[in-house]
Amino acid sequence: MIAEIINVVLLGLLVITAVAAIRLHDLFAVVMVFGIYSFLAATVFVVLDAVDVAFTEAAVGAGISTILMLATISLVGRWERRPAHRPFLPILVVVVTGGALVYGTLDMPNFGEQSTPVHEHIAPYYLEQSKSDIGIPNVVTSVLASYRGYDTLGELTVIFTAGIGVLGILGIRRRREEKNSEG
Amino acid sequence: MKDNQVLRVVAKIMIPVILLFAFYVQFHGDYGPGGGFQAGVIFAAGPILYGLIFGVERLQSVFTIVSLKILIAAGLLLFAGVGFATVFLGGDYLDYDQLNRDPILGQHLGILLVELGVGITVAAVMITIFIAFAGRQNHR
Repeated sequence: MIAEIINVVLLGLLVITAVAAIRLHDLFAVVMVFGIYSFLAATVFVVLDAVDVAFTEAAVGAGISTILMLATISLVGRWERRPAHRPFLPILVVVVTGGALVYGTLDMPNFGEQSTPVHEHIAPYYLEQSKSDIGIPNVVTSVLASYRGYDTLGELTVIFTAGIGVLGILGIRRRREEKNSEG
Repeated sequence: MKDNQVLRVVAKIMIPVILLFAFYVQFHGDYGPGGGFQAGVIFAAGPILYGLIFGVERLQSVFTIVSLKILIAAGLLLFAGVGFATVFLGGDYLDYDQLNRDPILGQHLGILLVELGVGITVAAVMITIFIAFAGRQNHR
């Protein structure tokens, strides 16, 4: 019962912050609301017992992204320009897409059910063998780093590529002192 | 923002704690929540806070562009290198059992090195992206 109340409150706050982010025209405030949204999402992940995901969401979603968006705002200006057109078509698209997604969830198995395909495929093997194969308590780490090492290597390559891409597009100029001494 | 004394003092207290917490998350990831990715992001938060308050240019005197480029590549090479090491030791790619006579210890060592590689690259990329974004407004 208490779990349901917590879930309803958290999801309700998520909806409120999402609507607030759309309604606000001060982009600085929007970034702050996004930070709150990320923290709420992290809390939802904690409730779902996905602590590692919650950790990532809090660090990346609420931390780094907020700073990067603030840095972007300092370049592009704080106030959103009023849109010239009316938002009826986008609203229609969003409502239809959202309706389709909700309709899709009706086919999904109940939350936490044992007989879902996810729980019958390879997850039981990881949960049972992790202790004897790898011997560390955190199964998430053993799956990420060992069983699924290729995937993690691929993810790291994506981050590497993102860094190289930012360096290539934006570039970093040398420090001003160096520039002065050179020229 | 470096004229604000409160920010300066608080940052100087906070940054060592942030860095220490990052190392805790990095090396305690086998036992609790966390791992290289989270640790890298948290570690990057320290230098980013420093850059926000004392200016990107002073941050770049610690993390020069050359050292960041080296670190970005070093983490990925460490991860991939562990894979090649296991191949040369006679196993499959990223088969950490080969790293030690005791497969469990080999797994521990492999996971430690691989997570370290993830942490190095993630931290360096985050700091790089921040410098690239925040460094632009000074040069307009």
